Amino acid sequence: MTGTLAGRSDFAVIGRIITPQSRVLDLGCGEGELLAWLIQHKQVTARGVEISPARVRRAIARGVSVFQGDLNEGLTDFPDNAFDYVILSQTLQETHQPVRVIEEMLRVGKRAIVSFPNFGHWSVRAYMLFSGRSPRTHAFPYEWYETPNIHFLSITDFEKLAEKKGLRIDHREFLTGERRVTFLPNLRAEVAVFLFG
Amino acid sequence: MIVSTEVARFEGIALDSGARIEPLEVAFETYGKLNAERTNAILVVHAFTGDAHAAGVSQETGKPGWWDNCIGPGKAFDTDEYFVICSNILGGCQGTTGPASINPATEKPWGMSFPAVSVRDMVRLQKMLVDSLGIRQLLAVSGGSMGGMQALEWAVSFPDNVRSVIVIASTARHSPQQIAFNEVGRQSIMADPDWNGGDYYGGAPPARGLSVARMVGHITYMSDESMREKFGRRRKDKPATQIDVAPEFEIAPEFEVESYLRYRGSQFVTRFDANSYIYITKAMDTYDVASGNASLADAFEGVSTRFLVISFTSDWLYPSYQSQEIVRTLRRRNHDVAYCELPSNYGHDAFLVDVAEQTELIRGFLESTYRGPAGAQG
Repeated sequence: MTGTLAGRSDFAVIGRIITPQSRVLDLGCGEGELLAWLIQHKQVTARGVEISPARVRRAIARGVSVFQGDLNEGLTDFPDNAFDYVILSQTLQETHQPVRVIEEMLRVGKRAIVSFPNFGHWSVRAYMLFSGRSPRTHAFPYEWYETPNIHFLSITDFEKLAEKKGLRIDHREFLTGERRVTFLPNLRAEVAVFLFG
Repeated sequence: MIVSTEVARFEGIALDSGARIEPLEVAFETYGKLNAERTNAILVVHAFTGDAHAAGVSQETGKPGWWDNCIGPGKAFDTDEYFVICSNILGGCQGTTGPASINPATEKPWGMSFPAVSVRDMVRLQKMLVDSLGIRQLLAVSGGSMGGMQALEWAVSFPDNVRSVIVIASTARHSPQQIAFNEVGRQSIMADPDWNGGDYYGGAPPARGLSVARMVGHITYMSDESMREKFGRRRKDKPATQIDVAPEFEIAPEFEVESYLRYRGSQFVTRFDANSYIYITKAMDTYDVASGNASLADAFEGVSTRFLVISFTSDWLYPSYQSQEIVRTLRRRNHDVAYCELPSNYGHDAFLVDVAEQTELIRGFLESTYRGPAGAQG
């Protein structure tokens, strides 16, 4: 896959990670763009959960089996190991109990893929340092009073959590725009993607 | 699209109750063309008082079908792509054998001697019809309300013969509230002296009782909001400014909502048989997709059908929690299920009248079932 899928650089990374013919659950799947791409190009068995009825409607119209519900509903009903991959793209920072979500993802799936905007990016640090205000950057575009983000985390934060919880990180990829970042990712990458089990 | 109702005849059917009905007739219509591989057939199942005339303009009556806004070229069930079948249910009164049909043993109408029929029996008869049309596997079975219950039953009874089911504004089993409304309807019919124990054929039918039953039904199909929008407190032939004046009690319909309900009631008795009302509501009330299984989840064991479940926000007769129970059960078994609760003010009637968003869902779901998900990408 080249370029971005639905304007989302992390989708391209996720698209590369997922192996053909696998079973995939996408939590907060939006209009099902990623799942539709995975069905078409990787012949996956796809399921999605999305809370917005308008997005669910467009996802189903796209041919993706999505059901309307919140994240917790989306996870609790599934049997153990129902999926090869459970995806949570750019949503972990919006969850009330991120650790529980991660644990549930690893219960229903063999491996989890999480992507999130990196709060350690230099633009975030600089914004706070120089303006003294809650950061508003490319990856964090909201005013403090209207942001859906409630748990801000950096790449290093996630690595530390993985260590503490004994998560095995199989793959990590860091991006700014569509470019991969390998040098000083916690300072230079806007988005992080982790594959772990 | 001018259509006409056909009749299929069968030797007989064994019912869940152990009884047999023989011979029997099924009224049905078809729209679109069956492809050479016979893989594009969709069975559309009508709700409680519907009939086989789902789409097009009837050659006999000149009236449009009950789901004409959803079946036809370019519509939710696109007849340029699919071959759509709709039949009148067993126990009905619009061409399929029911209590008003003649019992060959007595040469009189069955009346209340007609054996009890179940939703499962209705589905079994639909299967016989589909078989007789030379179709081994349906692309989809779809219906709203009681039609949705039958669609669910198709997945459970004949999982190998249906690739997908679309269950709209429906339930796996009736709640006490749903049974209660049906019981009011039945009691209303039976309280009418003209009902006469179900033996009224050849005389005056229990029109008053059946009409009141229908009036209750109509209230449950609408929402508080849709009734306020449609009728308000407007009075018949009186200016709205009189609303706040203490009304004189009138026996004639005074409010618009009253005259609407009376009109719908009186129309209904010209097309529907009171005994069918009793038999079909009983079939609905006693139905439970899980019956014969330890749990609802067990009922779906070995079912590989795709599911699309749709509910509506203002539907208080078949509330969303009932659809969600179906969806959650299927999810626990990791079945392929899509679910959406559509916003609508139209109450239970939404699946018949507020169809724009429903159309988008059904089209995408059918296309991805028919051609595979990749086909739906465009």
